[in-house]
Amino acid sequence: MNAKRVDKIATGILYGVAGLVVIILVALLGFILVEGVPHISWHFLTSPALAFEAGGGIGIQLFNSFYLLFLALLISLPISLGAGIYLNEYAPQNTLTGLIRTTIEILSSLPSVVVGLFGYLFFVVQFKLGFSILSGAFALTVFNLPILTRSIEEALANISDDQREAGYALGLSRWETVTKIVVPAALPSIITGVVLSAGRIFGEAAALIYTAGQSAPALDFSDWNPFDISSPLSPLRPAETLAVHIWKINSEGIMPDAKAVSAGASAVLIIAVLLFNFLARWLGKRLYKHLTAE
Amino acid sequence: MDKIRESLLKKSIATKIERRGKIISLFCLALIVGIVFLIFYFVASRGLATFFQNHINLWQFLSGTQWNPGTNGTNGQPAVGALPMILGSFLITILSALIATPFAIGTAVFMTEISPRRGAKILRPVTELLVGIPSVVYGFIGLQVVVPFVRHTFGGSGYGILSGTFVLFVMILPTVTSMSADALNAVPRYYREASLALGATRWQTIYKVVLRAAIPGMLTAIVFGMARAFGEALAVQMVIGNATLLPQNLVSPASTLTSILTMGIGNTVMGSLQNNALWSLAMILLLMSLVFNLVIRYIGRKGKLNHER
Repeated sequence: MNAKRVDKIATGILYGVAGLVVIILVALLGFILVEGVPHISWHFLTSPALAFEAGGGIGIQLFNSFYLLFLALLISLPISLGAGIYLNEYAPQNTLTGLIRTTIEILSSLPSVVVGLFGYLFFVVQFKLGFSILSGAFALTVFNLPILTRSIEEALANISDDQREAGYALGLSRWETVTKIVVPAALPSIITGVVLSAGRIFGEAAALIYTAGQSAPALDFSDWNPFDISSPLSPLRPAETLAVHIWKINSEGIMPDAKAVSAGASAVLIIAVLLFNFLARWLGKRLYKHLTAE
Repeated sequence: MDKIRESLLKKSIATKIERRGKIISLFCLALIVGIVFLIFYFVASRGLATFFQNHINLWQFLSGTQWNPGTNGTNGQPAVGALPMILGSFLITILSALIATPFAIGTAVFMTEISPRRGAKILRPVTELLVGIPSVVYGFIGLQVVVPFVRHTFGGSGYGILSGTFVLFVMILPTVTSMSADALNAVPRYYREASLALGATRWQTIYKVVLRAAIPGMLTAIVFGMARAFGEALAVQMVIGNATLLPQNLVSPASTLTSILTMGIGNTVMGSLQNNALWSLAMILLLMSLVFNLVIRYIGRKGKLNHER
């Protein structure tokens, strides 16, 4: 067989493989959307779940997911911003810094179930927070910190040194240069990183089963005092999220319309992740345009 | 005079802010590193208790095939043989990586070498999007599509290693594909030009030049996918059947380290042997993720050397 013929055959095979993968991926997305979207209605999105009868919604779970996401970002963003700043602006290039980077990499590669178990042992048992929003938010923070730190560090590293030198030339200290010049300049990519990590947090379940718990007690949406246990804002109530809900109703098998509810909930999750993705791109571009006046 | 002297010798406000900022940011970094050590300490302190407090033989733990902590096995010792789970985890990891690798690399080559424009426009955004799909969704689809399919085609209950492998294959495919595409993109353009200038066909260039230059990067992608597969909990737990038996064949119910952990940890009492044995499983998971990390570093270092030569 001559080389040209082999080339043609190989190209054909590659077309086939790529086509097959595209079919698998599109079928996957299509299956979720086709199965799930018909179940989504205003009633489904707002009413509480019913354990033993059909027709329940995902209202509380949806609220819990967003609340946990908000709290987790609130805790993890300042910490990773600080860590990212130190790693990129202050840390000397030596073995210790290398070791610290390795540790962060190890944290980001830990299976999320291990992070969840640690959260259970540390926050739920040791600190006696119980199965609560707070435990869940801390577990998600641990899960999110390495990823966010990494993306913030990269965003800062992409800012050219001219900017820093300009700051020093104006008599600013290093910290002032970082907070007033470098971080604002890196803001578009930082925000993109944050929104992308939000998508990951939103769908996380394994880290939450034993920290935020697997039950969603009824909430009183007219009571916004965070110290009442039935208030939606209460940080000490157990809070099953959307992803945990899908897992639970499928492994328990007592809900009669578990299939329909999980199909709808999966579609909601996917749409949320899609939105986070588009939002990240759009916000990044928009902010960049705004800041650079291009 | 003293006032001027004082103002010159005293630390300026800017210096104070600078020091405070540096300390705060260092504290943030230290916090993250501290968390990592805490995780290792907590999991190890529980996981090692099985061997030091309950005096289970390590070898027995790793090679025993009966798992029912709390009752005694046939040899009169507590039945804490983790081999079924360890085997299950390794089997689904290796099998799913074996299936995913050709597909991922084929797609990555298509994306970068054959049709870069379509790759950048359609394939890349789709794969990146799929990386972000929550694992419970994969589990749900596995339950709805893969398990019935396996049941009809291969018999048995449908739950088992094969279903787990299929679910993980689809799950790690986007990750491995997009990382392999990055590796192929990093191969300098002049490698391809030199090869084409020698009269090589496109396939010869891909096979003899581009793929070989990208081997370290693609290996990293595969190991990364394996690490993800090994640590995946819920998607696998939903389709594998969760029977702590040695897998007889690919369609009999089996279990993995992660699936038994998610099932069991809430049903056992802290400090009991049942609980400690589960933490030992978590410790194995932790150690394996360290091993995957080391392998990735080793490949990275080797790859760098090859390029410098």
